This record gives sequence, structure tokens and C-alpha cells, in this order.
Amino acid sequence: MAAADELTFHEFEEATNLLAETPDAATTSRSDQPTSQGHVAVAVGSGDSYGAEDEVEEESDKAALLQEKQQQQQQPGFWTFSYYQSFFDVDTSQVLDRIKGSLLPRPGHNFVRHYLRNRPDLYGPFWICATLAFVLAVTGNLTLVLAQRRDPSIHYSPQFHKVTVAGISIYCYAWLVPLALWGFLRWRKGVRERVGPYTFLETVCVYGYSLFVFIPMVVLWLIPVPWLQWLFGALALGLSAAGLVFTLWPVVREDTRLVAAALLSTVVLLHALLATGCKLYFFQSLPPEHVAPPHQAASLPTNIPLSPTLPRSMAPS
Amino acid sequence: MAEAEESPGDPGTASPRPLFAGLSDISISQDIPVEGEITIPIRSRIREFDSSTLNESVHSTIMRDLKAVGKKFMHVLYPRKSNTLLRDWDLWGPLILCVTLALMLQRDSADSEKDGGPQFAEVFVIVWFGAVTITLNSKLLGGNISFFQSLCVLGYCILPLTVAMLICRLVLLAGPGPVNFMVRLFVVIVMFAWSIVASTAFLADSQPPNRRALAVYPVFLFYFVISWMILTFTPQ
Repeated sequence: MAAADELTFHEFEEATNLLAETPDAATTSRSDQPTSQGHVAVAVGSGDSYGAEDEVEEESDKAALLQEKQQQQQQPGFWTFSYYQSFFDVDTSQVLDRIKGSLLPRPGHNFVRHYLRNRPDLYGPFWICATLAFVLAVTGNLTLVLAQRRDPSIHYSPQFHKVTVAGISIYCYAWLVPLALWGFLRWRKGVRERVGPYTFLETVCVYGYSLFVFIPMVVLWLIPVPWLQWLFGALALGLSAAGLVFTLWPVVREDTRLVAAALLSTVVLLHALLATGCKLYFFQSLPPEHVAPPHQAASLPTNIPLSPTLPRSMAPS
Repeated sequence: MAEAEESPGDPGTASPRPLFAGLSDISISQDIPVEGEITIPIRSRIREFDSSTLNESVHSTIMRDLKAVGKKFMHVLYPRKSNTLLRDWDLWGPLILCVTLALMLQRDSADSEKDGGPQFAEVFVIVWFGAVTITLNSKLLGGNISFFQSLCVLGYCILPLTVAMLICRLVLLAGPGPVNFMVRLFVVIVMFAWSIVASTAFLADSQPPNRRALAVYPVFLFYFVISWMILTFTPQ
């Protein structure tokens, strides 16, 4: 048992030395990273608190080294174009990798440390939010179309204002909530000695990529079975919130239990509110008597059922 | 040149050369005459050209611009990898297309229900700000295309969707129905694919190969939103 522990500890040291000598290697050489991640996962599984503490120490060392290097590189001022270009310095494979990482959160893998590696990007959050806003508006309208197919008394309209509402709400959520979270974590920075807080961009990145799982969820909400919709919603919310919690856990763990619990539950609650709000606003279940305008409702008998299979409309009223 | 050298050297040539008769009057030394002024005839032609655009009629000015726009339309309809759209960019075509599309898509002012189709300003803003955002995204990712060239390409590639809008309006005159919807869906899908192919033919080469998908995806989203607006258009 002691020999196995010594073996895994040596693996950590090698990885830290590699990162100290060539900090850029963390971002480019991803081929040997999965093997070391595999060893990290084994260590955490076998000896829980000991392995996790080591991981936190190594992460803080790595973070300190990488942040030093990053500060040396932050030369261009915020008024130059190349400053903003540094936030879009990602390849297609990296973006896909980060999306995959957000879809499958694992307890040992912190999204910021393992996928972002101190190179947050703005491409992912921006376009995922744009896609989600448009997909929400489009699928919400599609459910209206499908409902009208089943029940012709429902009045169809393109509902273009929902695009504006979706866009504003998604973008506000994905940028203001990380701002508040970042501000709160920096305020509590004094309580934590070892692990520094995430930068604002990393927080935005975490939130942006965690919203990706809502896109297939919204598309699957086209299926008009209510319990299935709530099931998909719960699944997606669980995945997304788990990703957020696993990312925030190493940072809030040193704080008092009360603050940590309150912060994590607030994060999960806000996420749940977003999902529920989207469901209720964009995918309203439509009783036909309430939606049809008066001139159409007057022309239809009220005993037309929703399911088209029953030919009760043929029966005399 | 060889004939000019020969004629002073051979004054005793019996056959007269009416073509070079005046050459004997010119004093040309026996050595190779490499001296004199060389005027570039092109420069005077360009000066003529510039002053003539001021003096030409309004009709020819407008026709020249319209022909340039029409030529670019042809390049969009039959997309080949050519540089015409990129080299001589202009924003007249995108403006004409955007205004036409927005005029056709706007909801009737008499139909003031809250959840109708887009207003003129909403379509205009979506098209222009969408194009600007995609261009900024492409430049931030490291593409080497200029700002207005990219706007020009994105604007011109709305042409297939404008044609789809015209066809949809004509088809809607026939009255609603499932066949009607299928025809419109088919037309919009075909034109959407055409727009994507046309714009990718022009824009994809300006990106480094490992980021091409990142730059093309927003274009896909942009034309998808416009196609959605066209497909859900219902006349009141």
C-alpha cells in the first residue's frame, strides 16, 4: 500500500516538473495528458481525502506557475485588437474537447484546470449562448405549429418577439451571474490561502460551456409528452449543475461550510430557475379555448377533442 | 526594330518603302539608338477615364454600378472559387437585397397583434448586425479577409434566400395547405443550402485550416435564422 502511494506521488512530481519547465506544453501536448489524468483518477478513488488534497496542492502549484507565465504574456493593452484576439485563440478540436468535457462532468476533473488550462476563450460562451437563444425561439414556435396540427383552433403566429426575449435573458444569465460569482469569490479570497479564485473569463467560460447541454434538451422538448419533457429537463439540469459544482468545489472548499453550502445551492438554484423559466415561457402548454381569438372560437363547436383519432366531431352536438 | 536599323544603313535599296518613308528624315546614329522619351500611353488613358466619369450621364453611371452588382449576383448563383466578389467589394448589392427581404418579411402595420412576424427594423438589424458579428468573429479567429470584403460576401449570399422569399410569397397566393407548406419547405431548404455553399466557397479559404469549422458555423446559424423567418412568414 505504501509503495503504491509513493508511486502515484512520483507521478504528480513529474507532471509538475514538466509544467514548470515548459508551461506551454500544458496547452499543446494533450496526447500524454489523458494518461496522467487516468492516474489522477485512480489516486483520488483509492485514498479519498489524501489524494484529493494532493491534487489540490499540485493544482495550486501548477496554477501559480501558469499564472506567472500568463502575466508575463499580458502585454497588449485592452484597446488593441490583439488583446481581444487572444481570447479567440482556440482550434476546432479544442472547442469540441471543451464541449465534451462539459457534457460529461466527472468528480475529479475540474473543468477549468483540465480543459481550459488557463486559456479561456470567448468563442464558446458567445456562440453557445447565441445558438441556445435561437434554438429556444425556433423550437418554441415549432411546438406551436405542431399543436396547431393536432388542434386547428389554435391560432398560429410567428411570435418573433420571443427571439428578443430569449436572446436578452440567455446573455444576461451567462454574463451577469458569472460576474456576481467572480465578485463574490474575490471578496472571500482572504479566507482561502492556497487556491486562488478563477479569473472572470474562466468563470464566464464555465457557465457558457455548461449551457451547451441545454441545446439538445430544448430540441428534445419538441416531443409533446409532458413527463418526458420534465425528465429530459431534470437530466440536463443535473448534468449542467454537476459540471458547475465540480468546478467550484475546490475553490469554496476552504471556506466555511455555511458559505460553501449557500454558494453552491444558489448556483444550482439559479440554473434550475433558468431551465424552468425556459420551459414555462417558450413551451407553454396550450389549452385551445384560451388561445383562439374570439372570432375563431365562435365558429367552432366546443366538443372537438384534442386527439384527432376520435371522430366525435361527426356526432351531432 | 531591325527594319529601322537596316533602312539608314542601306540607302541604296531600290524598292521604295512607303511604310517607313519618313524614317529617313529622322537622324538616327549608326549605333543602337537607345535614347528618347518613353511615354506611357496608359496614363493618359486613365486621365481620360477619370474625367469622363464626371461628364458622363447619370444613366451610364447607374448602369455601370448595376452591371457590377449583376455580375456579382451571377457569381453568387454559380459559385466558383473566384476573387471577383472579394476584390471589388461593394455594399450596394447587400443593401438592395436586405431592403427587399425586410420589405417582404415585415408584418402588416394593421396587424398589430403582439406576437406576429418581425418588423422591418428587426430584419434589418438581424441581417446587418449578424453580418458584422460574423465578420468580427472571423477576424478575431485570425482570418485574413478585410472587414468590408466579408460583409460584401455575406450580404450577396442572401440572394438565394431572397429568391426563396419571392417564391414563397407567390406560392402563398395559392392558399394554405399541407402541399403548400411542403413546397415552401423544399424551396427554403434548397436555397439555404445554396447560400451556405456560396458563402463557404468565398470565405473558407481565408481561415487557417484548423479553425475553418469555427468560422463557418456562425454563417450557418445566420442563414438558418433568416431561412426560419422566411419559412414562418404568414400573410395576414
